[in-house]
Amino acid sequence: MAGTAAAGRYVGQSVKRLEDPRLVTGHGRYVDDIALPGMLHAAFGRSDLARAAITQLDTTAAEALEGVRAVFTGADLNPHNDSLRASLYPPTSPAPPANMLADGDVRFVGDPYVMVVAESRYIAEDALDLVEAEFEPLDPVVDYETAADSEHHVHPELGGNLAHDVAVPNPTQQEAFENAAHIITETWHQHRQTNVPMETRGIVASWQPHAGVMEVWASSQSPHEMQLVGARVLGIGEHKMVVHFGDVGGGFGQKMFLGREDMAVLVAAKLLASPLKWIEDRRENLMASNHARIEQMAVSMAVDGDGCFLAADLDQLEDDGAYPLGGPATPGAMAAMLFPGPYRMGPVSWRARTVYTNTCGRGAYRGPWQMESVAREQMIDRVAREVGMDPLELRRRNVLRPGDLPYEAPTGLSFETTISPEQTLEQAAEMIGYDEFRAEQAEAREQGRYLGLGMALYIEPTSMGMGPLGTESAMLRVEVDGSVNVFMGTGSHGQSLETTMAQLVADELGVRPEDVTLHQGHGSGYGFGTGGSRSAVIAGGAARAAASGVRDKVVAIAAHLMEASADDLEVADGVISVRGTPAASMTMAQVAATAYQNSDALPAGMDAGLEHTARYKAPPSTHSNACHMCVCELDPGTGKVSLLRYVVSEDCGVLINPMVVDGQIAGGVAQGIGGVLYEHCVYDESGNPLASTFLDYLVPTAAEVPELETGHVVVPSDTPGGHKGTGEGGAIGAPPAVFNAVADALAPFGAYPNRQPLDPDTVLGLIASASD
Amino acid sequence: MADQKSLSMTVNGRTRRGRGEPRLTLADFLREQALCTGVHVGCEHGVCGSCTVLMDGEAVRSCLLFAVQADGADITTVEGLAPDPETLHPVQEAFRDCHGLQCGFCTPGFILSVAAFLEANPDPTDDEIRHGIAGNLCRCTGYQGIVAATRQAAAAMRAGE
Repeated sequence: MAGTAAAGRYVGQSVKRLEDPRLVTGHGRYVDDIALPGMLHAAFGRSDLARAAITQLDTTAAEALEGVRAVFTGADLNPHNDSLRASLYPPTSPAPPANMLADGDVRFVGDPYVMVVAESRYIAEDALDLVEAEFEPLDPVVDYETAADSEHHVHPELGGNLAHDVAVPNPTQQEAFENAAHIITETWHQHRQTNVPMETRGIVASWQPHAGVMEVWASSQSPHEMQLVGARVLGIGEHKMVVHFGDVGGGFGQKMFLGREDMAVLVAAKLLASPLKWIEDRRENLMASNHARIEQMAVSMAVDGDGCFLAADLDQLEDDGAYPLGGPATPGAMAAMLFPGPYRMGPVSWRARTVYTNTCGRGAYRGPWQMESVAREQMIDRVAREVGMDPLELRRRNVLRPGDLPYEAPTGLSFETTISPEQTLEQAAEMIGYDEFRAEQAEAREQGRYLGLGMALYIEPTSMGMGPLGTESAMLRVEVDGSVNVFMGTGSHGQSLETTMAQLVADELGVRPEDVTLHQGHGSGYGFGTGGSRSAVIAGGAARAAASGVRDKVVAIAAHLMEASADDLEVADGVISVRGTPAASMTMAQVAATAYQNSDALPAGMDAGLEHTARYKAPPSTHSNACHMCVCELDPGTGKVSLLRYVVSEDCGVLINPMVVDGQIAGGVAQGIGGVLYEHCVYDESGNPLASTFLDYLVPTAAEVPELETGHVVVPSDTPGGHKGTGEGGAIGAPPAVFNAVADALAPFGAYPNRQPLDPDTVLGLIASASD
Repeated sequence: MADQKSLSMTVNGRTRRGRGEPRLTLADFLREQALCTGVHVGCEHGVCGSCTVLMDGEAVRSCLLFAVQADGADITTVEGLAPDPETLHPVQEAFRDCHGLQCGFCTPGFILSVAAFLEANPDPTDDEIRHGIAGNLCRCTGYQGIVAATRQAAAAMRAGE
């Protein structure tokens, strides 16, 4: 099945990144590198209590400190806040009260209730110490499992803690259960984690009072979300909101939407008519930016005597925290709908609930509904164990095969013929040497060593083509000298779009990648930005269409000037030549100079200039798929888990840049490894975050992440170029694969893990309780 | 406010003079007064390593040092590593060749840490590389390209000597 699409001259090559010369020499420009004349600095005072009434707030002493320009409370800023909703969140849905700063009460540890603006960050933080605030502690809602029944309400305005409750029962599911040979039930828990971009959030806002223009530099994945929502917050038109896009130090979902602090900085910068900078510190990032993956799914699966899946029943519960970043979402519904994944699952009933708690708000984190894969893949391993079948064999028995496609999943999703779950399953099994491993594992157990193999197979809906997410645009201009500028609504923050979009344009237009510069932010057309594994397909589709439009004109002009037939011309590396007669040629620069500076020489009736704007609308979903397999060794004396091998077989369609694809997968895998084994945003029962530094929140290092082996199955999608999204996949497949490996290593002890993290204490506890 | 101290240090071969309170961190001095914005501040508590610079040839965390502690020192930031505007340092070249960076934020710290590591251990094993760079955090790459880049840079630097 591999390699059916033709690679281009540059597409398909591991072209070295155009971003790198500036980034490896320290010449990137991140938001904290912006310094404007007269720029002031903001710092936020944040609640130390999970839930409390503010009984006194006196800012007099803080305001009196030399170098302090202003101190804002909720009463000062919140009157400006009637339109803070993120683009993806429908205005009619229930939501927490919209505010930038807490006013009257605080609702989680880290809730900002005061903002100091001063001549330096040092002075701003000094002034925070002078703010006199008193609080009357209230009982917090910390445990999300009991939040819905709590008499205490996170948001009293809403009258309860239940944010969403959606149920879709399926009567045929119940029938299938009645006749099943096996019904297996387990509740799978993920635990609170956070995105941890190495660059924290930050913004610089500069208001031009008489012009009514706001100029913004922000660490953002979505410059147009900043432009649109920022303009709404300020009550100005988008044409007066100038959002510059520089280098962005990672996001993983955290920088898709504006945070309350971003909005506070915008409003304060306007009130003060002075440039204002806020850079989040790491403690703020870890305790108050956004958390994710705080969820559980109770799964019951019915299986027949041959191990064929018959039906499933799902009950998903997720913690939204207090102020979910980007609005209260219903990822649980997506998780349930995606649960059947790459298998013939039979009918599925599901319920999904989300609750508010007095904790840091939930936000998107790479694969925001990956609970579908976590719960399903861990469940399949459990089913295999219960019915006494090899987990690979069980998957083989149920996986969607090419003959099953196209496939309508029982939860309403449609899979096109261009997915390849069975092929990736087999490729991964071959890469890891599945049968050989099982022999090695048995031998090791005899020697007292505990090895485990875990696998996970999934399908990811990428590049969703609906609502605000549906389209991207590219405005492409060949300059007079033949070089190319392309303006796009993306927000590349590590995805290498300056390179990959240049590769697409280079092939489509007939230039070299280094002749193309990608511009993002101000001047580009609306697009939702970079996230949701959407840029390759949707932004790529726009880049191709824009380049193709210009190429047609280039060829028409060259044919006219060279007195050749357009059909006989080819364009490559900036040279237009007559096929088979390379001597008859002209350069892109000659064509461009004619188009702009000698337009009388153009074909009759042709418009001058050499530019084209295109907008690509994506299909509802372009599915990518992958299979992860990994091997771990567990030390029963210390509980330590070490990963020995990690294999990924993936199908993201035609690879634009294999080096970049492998890099995206590796990063996601490392995050999944960290999530299962090391990372945990711990709260105590009073709602105090206990992991607010990197000494407590353990991001994996090079010593914990093994070498990654990647295999590619290439089944081109039906979208232009045949690409599929791949940014999130690593972080979707890795958690269940790592979890299943540890569970497999624990099996000889009779232990049945059902929750993360699988840190040494937990592993030792599982071994001890199993032997009791 | 505390007294301002005058400061003088060599940064990338040039003398940089400035002033600051005793609490001014070296990272902030380098970024704001020496204008070396390649010094990236990722955690301000000495764990992530993004702010790593070379002080008298040794890798240090500039967020954990006060500028006054570096008074008179010889500092190299990532801006000072490439020998000339057309040529990259072998470590920089290797990071580009091996896709050792994505967002680029941790990269200056990694490059300086690797440069110092290879100075001390010019021919490391893969295991030594993984542990040698475990004091720096990257959230994008899963370290695959960084380990490969360190391997390539080690070979290039050995060949260049």
